[in-house]
Amino acid sequence: MAFDTQEAKSVLFSPIFNNNPIALQVLGICSALAVTSKLETALVMSLALTTVVALSNFLISMIRNQIPSSIRIIVQMTIIASLVILVDQVLKAYAYEVSKQLSVFVGLIITNCIVMGRAEAYAMKNGPVMSFLDGLGNGLGYSVLLIVVGIIRELFGSGELLGYTILPSTANGGWYETNGMLVLPASSFFIIGFLIWALRTWKKDQVEDNE
Amino acid sequence: MSKKESPIKTIIVAVVLSLVCSIVVSFAAIKLKPQQELNKELDRKRNILIAAGLLEQGGTQGEIEELFKQVETHVVDLETGELVEPPKNFNQRKFAKDPETNKVLEGKADIAGIKKRSQLANVYLVRDGQQLDTVILPVHGYGLWSTMYGFLALEPDTTTVVGFKYYEQGETAGLGGEVENPTWRAFWPGKEVLNEQGEPVIKLVKGAAQNEHQVDGLSGATLTSNGVENTLHYWLGKDGFGPFLAKIRAGEI
Repeated sequence: MAFDTQEAKSVLFSPIFNNNPIALQVLGICSALAVTSKLETALVMSLALTTVVALSNFLISMIRNQIPSSIRIIVQMTIIASLVILVDQVLKAYAYEVSKQLSVFVGLIITNCIVMGRAEAYAMKNGPVMSFLDGLGNGLGYSVLLIVVGIIRELFGSGELLGYTILPSTANGGWYETNGMLVLPASSFFIIGFLIWALRTWKKDQVEDNE
Repeated sequence: MSKKESPIKTIIVAVVLSLVCSIVVSFAAIKLKPQQELNKELDRKRNILIAAGLLEQGGTQGEIEELFKQVETHVVDLETGELVEPPKNFNQRKFAKDPETNKVLEGKADIAGIKKRSQLANVYLVRDGQQLDTVILPVHGYGLWSTMYGFLALEPDTTTVVGFKYYEQGETAGLGGEVENPTWRAFWPGKEVLNEQGEPVIKLVKGAAQNEHQVDGLSGATLTSNGVENTLHYWLGKDGFGPFLAKIRAGEI
């Protein structure tokens, strides 16, 4: 199998803006709402999901010719679930504070549509290296969105970034009146909505035709 | 039907995959377990020290272990208020689930919304020489979404708060989750949780606290604030640590 640099680049980078899993395909919204109230949790969650999706793509692609199609979804799920448990255990051992905040959402990566979606749509048809890059790319696409939402929510919701005070809030004797709505999960709906709007204004080809 | 699809092949793939995955997962779980237990233990100790005002924030493993040497861990029978010999592998949360060792709380008795509690509970004492210096009580109760776990540290008069630190909760981040906020925590030291008769009277009020029996509630989180108040009323009351606190006031511990 020849390694095509051009294609590798497009596989890796197109999910970031051109084919963003959250913004264009609107997958994986659940965790994007839940873990973005702080930048730190958004970062760790991004890292966890990127690891899982890249490795699961890689492993599934390696055995794709052995997987009987009658049980392929179960096989994919088993591999994904095992990887998620691994990531969860590692986080609990080495990043205890953050894993406490992420609580169930690491475990819920198993049901994240991005992971399943990439396994089924890409890894089952392509070689391991390209699949790995595809997973990495989609993980990055997810991460970019999560991080942007995380920055907006933490900065304007609590006046901090990564726990450091940027805008001193009135509760701590500063001048910035924090926006309480931004710390609630529902605010991510609005932020993600606005981001999708911005992205589609920039890249007009993502706008869907009227039905 | 191609070779890939034969039933035997399907079964082989399923079995091999399950085996490999389960081995990997169990290996990781066993390998990482000691580190995870250590983290939990360290986190518990850290929070006890913070509640007792012996530690500000964070702290490395060495610092925490060193500081924790001044803290005595005991087990108390909540019914009698007496210190007892800790049973083997005492774990308050496990004991609360086991019908042999728990007490079921119903209706009005269950103000903290915890349904069951262990008959025995951990308490932590800090002594200054022979003199009792701080009593640290583990408390928990239901807030808006979650059971909130914390440590309440009291002076030997069992009334004046030294510190109050929540360490596990799933309340709304930024609203109820502010129970962990250092600014809010700073309202607690010096407050008086009991009245002259030893009954819990501490209140979380809207707006600013007027006297030493009141603490500012959390703005935007009335139900979490109620949960905090109920938790304290339960655990300081006669069904909670009441008998034990009475013994301390009588100078028996």
